[in-house]
Amino acid sequence: MRAFIPDYQIETPASLADALKLLESAPGVWKPFAGGTDLMVLLEAGRLDHRNYVNIWGLKELHGIDTTDTQVTLGALTTYTEVQANPVLRREFPMLCQAASETGGLAIQNRGTLGGNIVNASPAADSPPALLAYDAEIELVSTRGSRWLPYQGFHTGYKQMHIAPDELLARIRLPRNTNGLTHYYRKVGTRKAQAISKVCFAAVGRVDSGAIMETRIAVGSVAPIIVRCVQTENLLRGNTVDDETIKSACASLSREISPIDDIRSTARYRLQVAKNLLTDFLTKL
Amino acid sequence: MARLLDVLREQLQLTGVKEGCGEGECGACTVIVDGQIVNSCLVPVAQVDGCEITTIEGVARADELHAVQQAFIDHGGAQCGICTPGMVLAAVDLLKRNPEPSEDDIRNGLAGNLCRCTGYMKIFESVVRAYQK
Repeated sequence: MRAFIPDYQIETPASLADALKLLESAPGVWKPFAGGTDLMVLLEAGRLDHRNYVNIWGLKELHGIDTTDTQVTLGALTTYTEVQANPVLRREFPMLCQAASETGGLAIQNRGTLGGNIVNASPAADSPPALLAYDAEIELVSTRGSRWLPYQGFHTGYKQMHIAPDELLARIRLPRNTNGLTHYYRKVGTRKAQAISKVCFAAVGRVDSGAIMETRIAVGSVAPIIVRCVQTENLLRGNTVDDETIKSACASLSREISPIDDIRSTARYRLQVAKNLLTDFLTKL
Repeated sequence: MARLLDVLREQLQLTGVKEGCGEGECGACTVIVDGQIVNSCLVPVAQVDGCEITTIEGVARADELHAVQQAFIDHGGAQCGICTPGMVLAAVDLLKRNPEPSEDDIRNGLAGNLCRCTGYMKIFESVVRAYQK
């Protein structure tokens, strides 16, 4: 049943500093509201439990993409449309652009943000697998200051993450170290647009003189959080891509993920698809 | 937290904006905000303060229909009509960004808009005819 709108409050601060003061004034009472593409769905369904929101959409400090020689830094409110339009991201971080292009449809891409995708913390989110495979770092800000942390490890359980009630995700940083890597992103869903994934697989890798030098593999919709498959990466390092390696890697992947049956798919299908995608990635290295 | 969709329909009587799913899946409530299509069911009205909003009521100029609207009439692009305002706005937005779209561009541009009558081929053809004009 639809929510009773007067029960909800949304405040629009004039600046990031004002937003942080509001968050700090009553920790846990106020939550940030970005593009709204997830929260408004819950509102309409009568399942938006939290009542007080800080509208951060208009905060200029959280928009924009900055590029230096060594990194690309994206404001948390960078939309999927802005990701796809950025030439450096298109050239060096194609999986992030592909993830953005396969999220919802254009109307969602114009409004949905990378920061929202991270903090909404859905295990089926489309951009986090790419961000994990690209070794993203994230910046959390509060009236107490700023801290950068690796995105890997940020999510600790279903909808759980290392963020204090007075902190706001401000920026996402990508190291420009993708030269020479093979990029492989595949979202498997019911249809091309507007679908939530059954399995989402993002990986980069590099082979030199026949040996796998490096892989970074992240899979979505197969566990309570998006999984960076570190054990599988370690197993692959130094090996050649052959049937034996692929078999061992698939066995390792099976141990690192814990897919379930739900409305969108089954555990059995998700496991098989995840292994198929890993195999496809490895054969393309 | 009022939805832009409800403010447009109920306070401003712009009932050309339709409500379909109410969860950003169907595109029936598509409007253009500052030159970008959005699902008005997913936008709190607090986020459009000072923005320029175009609904289907603002697409025609005086008595002259937009080429997309005329093409929908001429080529059977509308059946029951619920998806039509959103489809037209998505097509207008597409042709503004990309005046000579490929078939893939058109499919991608309309991918967020569902037609419950399943009249997709006529809609697709209408958009093709609109830009060929």
